[in-house]
Amino acid sequence: MADFECEKCKTLIPIDEFLKNLKVCPNCNYHYYINAEEKIKLIADPGSFNEIGNDIKPIDFLNFTDTKSYKDRLYQSQQNTGISEAIITGLAKVGGFNVALGSMEFNFMGGSMGSVVGERIKLLSEISIEKKIPLILICSSGGARMQEGIISLMQMAKTVSAINKVKENKLLYISVITNPTTGGVSASFATIADIIIAEPQALFCFAGPRVVKQTIKKELPVDFGLSERNLRNGQIDLIVNRNELKDKIVNILKLFLD
Amino acid sequence: MSNEIEKKDNNLKKESVEVLYDNLSKISLFKKIKFLSRLSFTKAKTNIIEKIKGLKKETRIAQKTWKIVELSRNENRPKAIDYILNIFDDFIELSGDRLSSDDKAITAGLGKLNGRTVAIIGHNKGKDIKERIEYNFGMPNPSGYRKSQRIMKLADKFNFPVITFIDTPGANPAIEAEDNGQASAIANSIELMFQLKVPIIVVLIGEGGSGGALALAIGNYIMMLENATYSVISPEGCAAILWKDQSATKQAAAMLKLTARDMLNFHVIDKIIHEPKDGAQTDPQRMIKILKENLISALSMFDGVDGEELKKQRANKFEYLGFYEKENK
Repeated sequence: MADFECEKCKTLIPIDEFLKNLKVCPNCNYHYYINAEEKIKLIADPGSFNEIGNDIKPIDFLNFTDTKSYKDRLYQSQQNTGISEAIITGLAKVGGFNVALGSMEFNFMGGSMGSVVGERIKLLSEISIEKKIPLILICSSGGARMQEGIISLMQMAKTVSAINKVKENKLLYISVITNPTTGGVSASFATIADIIIAEPQALFCFAGPRVVKQTIKKELPVDFGLSERNLRNGQIDLIVNRNELKDKIVNILKLFLD
Repeated sequence: MSNEIEKKDNNLKKESVEVLYDNLSKISLFKKIKFLSRLSFTKAKTNIIEKIKGLKKETRIAQKTWKIVELSRNENRPKAIDYILNIFDDFIELSGDRLSSDDKAITAGLGKLNGRTVAIIGHNKGKDIKERIEYNFGMPNPSGYRKSQRIMKLADKFNFPVITFIDTPGANPAIEAEDNGQASAIANSIELMFQLKVPIIVVLIGEGGSGGALALAIGNYIMMLENATYSVISPEGCAAILWKDQSATKQAAAMLKLTARDMLNFHVIDKIIHEPKDGAQTDPQRMIKILKENLISALSMFDGVDGEELKKQRANKFEYLGFYEKENK
């Protein structure tokens, strides 16, 4: 079988070993991208995930066309990812605990948040309240979806409002930051969590490195916006390796629920 | 299949008015060719004329939108500080986030409106170049959102309504802003505004730039000046990211639908406040007077409304926003 060469440390890793290691380089610990469904499998007890909200589908209400139409971009993202929007939401068991779980898909239009992401998170929050279970959101997003104009900005407010109710009901909300989580998602539901967990070396900031670099016209620190820098600056609670993520979440759930 | 048709449609949009006129003249030429003269080109002609009309309309909208974008950024337009100093009696500015610093990009304080104490928060752009630099062109740092949160909590405690004036290009794209938790400062500000049990009145007076604007814009009643804008990203930023071409800026502005009229259509705002002819900068005193009257009447709508009810109304207002399709299962 062919080997996989790590882009970061150039180590050659047999592909099966790389996959067994959850797409993490065994040499330098760089966490490669895994998709929304893989992230759910990582955390949810086998076979326990039950999708909700898949009947909510995107529409091109602005008739937005840049170099491509929004309709085309949606269609292509749906074809490429096999899912209907940038977040999958549902009910799951984690270490035996019932939770409301959402997982974002960066490959769906950069994980951008439009009306559907907002509505699905709102629905999930309501289910969390109704069933009195914790809410866990695994984030990965470039920010608000420009093709939905001001309505995408409003999803920041909508998701915060819905999750604020979860918190007011004294239910636990955990957000898991995966690479990358920036823009409107970082400045809304990702950061209002009771506990913020991040994967190693995940980019987590509001203004992305390209924009900041262009504005200040200076080189950025090599760890700009990364988990390790955020931990040092007091912006997140803990950094957890992918192979320990589930255990850590179960550990936290036990502290709050047992 | 329908996707194919749509693709064709998009290609057609790219045709310029000139090409269409050219096609129109070709049709007249065809008519002169003997063996074609019996064919009817009426339908083709009508199609082309309709397309020209459509393109001209798009251009008109783009020009009109851009004029508003320019007005919203006009340097002589009244700033939050003009409204604050001229509308409220006994205004006293309150400073600092009690954590690290005082961000001049946001002005906050207490004053009286129609005899009632209110908390006032506004983005500060500055009136001359010296002030603009000092105030970072109205782009707040995390400390600014933390100062405003402190004032909001104070207002909540003493049952003072909150009035905010929105006028910012957006958040501050800087290393320090990120290191100090820009994302969480904005998110926490939004969250706090959903928790307040006092009326919140928001007025968009100039540029409503993305997260930096939204952080102070969660209200029970939201008003917008006729030539203000509200957008998820600046037209320049949108053109750079989606078109990868700065010359598409005006087109991006029109696509984004960022005018007061658009906001009213989407139910993002409750009221458009009309400006003096040719814009607020032509008669600031009149603009201030109009806004003051509107603020008094907006606030009176919430007289006697219970705090929990105010929270609920605010949450419903925002949670309702979104356009999607729901399939029947």
